[in-house]
Amino acid sequence: MAEVSLSAVSKSFGATQALADVSMTIPDGAFVVLLGPTGAGKTTTLRLIAGLERPDSGDVRIAGASVVNDTPAQRDVAMVFQQYSLYPHLTVRDNLAFPLRSPVLAWPEDRIKSRVAEVAEVLRIAHKLDNKATQLSGGEMQRVSIGRALVRSPRIYLMDEPLSSLDAKLRADMRIELKRIHAELGATFLYVTHDQIEAMTMATHVGVLDQGRLVQFGTPREIYETPVSTYVASRLGQPRINLLPADTFGPAPAKAAQIGLRPEHIALGDGQPATVRRVEHLGDQTRLHLTFGAHEIITLSDPHTSLNPGDSIAIRPENPLWFDTSGTRI
Amino acid sequence: MSAYSITEPTRRSKLVAGVLVALYAFVTLLPLVWIISTGFKSGPDSISYPPKVVFEPSLEGYVNLFTTRTRVGAEEFENLPTAETWYDQIVRDQGMVIAGPSRFGERFLNSVIIGFGSTFLSIFLGTLAAYAFSRFKVPLKDDLLFFILSTRMMPPIAVAIPIFLMYRELGLSDTHLGMILLYTGVNISLAVWLLKGFIDEIPREYEEAALIDGYTRFQAFRKVVLPQAATGIASTAIFCLIFAWNEYAFAVLLTSGTAQTAPPFIPTIIGVGGQDWPAVAAGATIFLMPVMIFTILLRKHLLRGITFGAVRK
Repeated sequence: MAEVSLSAVSKSFGATQALADVSMTIPDGAFVVLLGPTGAGKTTTLRLIAGLERPDSGDVRIAGASVVNDTPAQRDVAMVFQQYSLYPHLTVRDNLAFPLRSPVLAWPEDRIKSRVAEVAEVLRIAHKLDNKATQLSGGEMQRVSIGRALVRSPRIYLMDEPLSSLDAKLRADMRIELKRIHAELGATFLYVTHDQIEAMTMATHVGVLDQGRLVQFGTPREIYETPVSTYVASRLGQPRINLLPADTFGPAPAKAAQIGLRPEHIALGDGQPATVRRVEHLGDQTRLHLTFGAHEIITLSDPHTSLNPGDSIAIRPENPLWFDTSGTRI
Repeated sequence: MSAYSITEPTRRSKLVAGVLVALYAFVTLLPLVWIISTGFKSGPDSISYPPKVVFEPSLEGYVNLFTTRTRVGAEEFENLPTAETWYDQIVRDQGMVIAGPSRFGERFLNSVIIGFGSTFLSIFLGTLAAYAFSRFKVPLKDDLLFFILSTRMMPPIAVAIPIFLMYRELGLSDTHLGMILLYTGVNISLAVWLLKGFIDEIPREYEEAALIDGYTRFQAFRKVVLPQAATGIASTAIFCLIFAWNEYAFAVLLTSGTAQTAPPFIPTIIGVGGQDWPAVAAGATIFLMPVMIFTILLRKHLLRGITFGAVRK
């Protein structure tokens, strides 16, 4: 349980700049989700905090103290890797006990036993404890590797897309489980994901990375409602934000080059006519693919809509987002 | 009629494969059978022509291998008390008496010390070096690796004379330490290269996970890398042992007494009126055993791909 702060951290691998001048404070007890495409520097951020990489410049502080010269073991963090999560030569039980047997903790065996049983119960892998790690399915492996982080009470949990290999149902369950653990332990989490639902439901804060730079840091609501740029705006939102030339619907504010329309920014049944091109019934929502002049627009409608391809519907922008030529929001 | 399957071989192809394997096994096992059976023949049987396939087994070869014998005068021979043990009797039957133990035991022990000693040292140093080459930024890594490999490019015997002179100067001639160092020097390049390949295959994430779990780098190496490299270590150890165990040229050149290994010793076993073939064959048979046992003991590691299926991609 600790606050983590990065100040002006840079890191390159050869000619590739992985992180450039990143500063960010992860408050004690926060659940921070890092968003960004592959290569944005999400995993590098985790590895720098874990101590697996050393920053070229800048400082990493945990609970106020610089940890740049500390080994991973000294930092007291737990990390769930995206891949290669388990020690293949050990059983599930020994995998879970591995951190507790480390020279740093060296718990007595009876305490290890009860703790391992407890965590296995939470992750629903109790029946697999005596299996070799190699005999598990992908989802089970990933649960065990989350379990290996949970057996300890580290100062920070670092998770690199931990749920990406699980099926939808298990992922939903694990999301709730992780959120519960976060609420119960009050621990600090730093979590990398591509999944918007994970970001929106679990995060107290979201950091958006672009080519090694932190472009925005705030609550999920802030990121969603007041993105600083088109790049940030396209990170969140399903369907994605529609970006069109600013004058598509008529006069635009000075300097605006693009108009950004999320589904809730499009009022249906009023304004200018658009043609329905496709209707996707997803059950809880219905997506409309519209043609408006030369532009394609995707929005949501009433789940029980009777619209069909070819129909005409009037649309009007409502409190849209405006962006200038560089993509910065006005 | 059974159904045709593309994955199951047909009866005929199984039969053909079986016959081929049996033929190959016969060809490769014949010399082994020959040596082992000769060890149990009597002197005359061992050189009879045509060779005897069925013969009366005798332990004469083994007794001669472990003893030195001497002839005594006919009168003295008559007056000897009756033989006390079965091996005394075997020697008497040849018209001789036991003079003392032979040097085979010592030479065999030398082979064990030098063979296993150099294998242990090669693996120990090779694993550490391979790990460093695999994981750390070593300056001039590629050049160093090529240099290590290049020590293997010349036939070892080409450097025999310089080594002979160096060893004489350093006082390493005919010592266990000298032979262990020599065989380690020859084997280490093989060990580093083979083991580096195996360690490269072990994802770094395992060690990184162990580092975060509270272990030091060395502990992570011992608890995570070594168990997963077991297969590679076992097969490398077998290669190293086979070389050190069978090596003949340097052993002839550099050892004569204290540190002489079995290979140069076995052919020097002289019998009465020529080579004592049953004793030579008995020596060869015993000499075969350790490598065979070592290989059988490590066979589980050789066959098991322990990281198989653990990697989630």
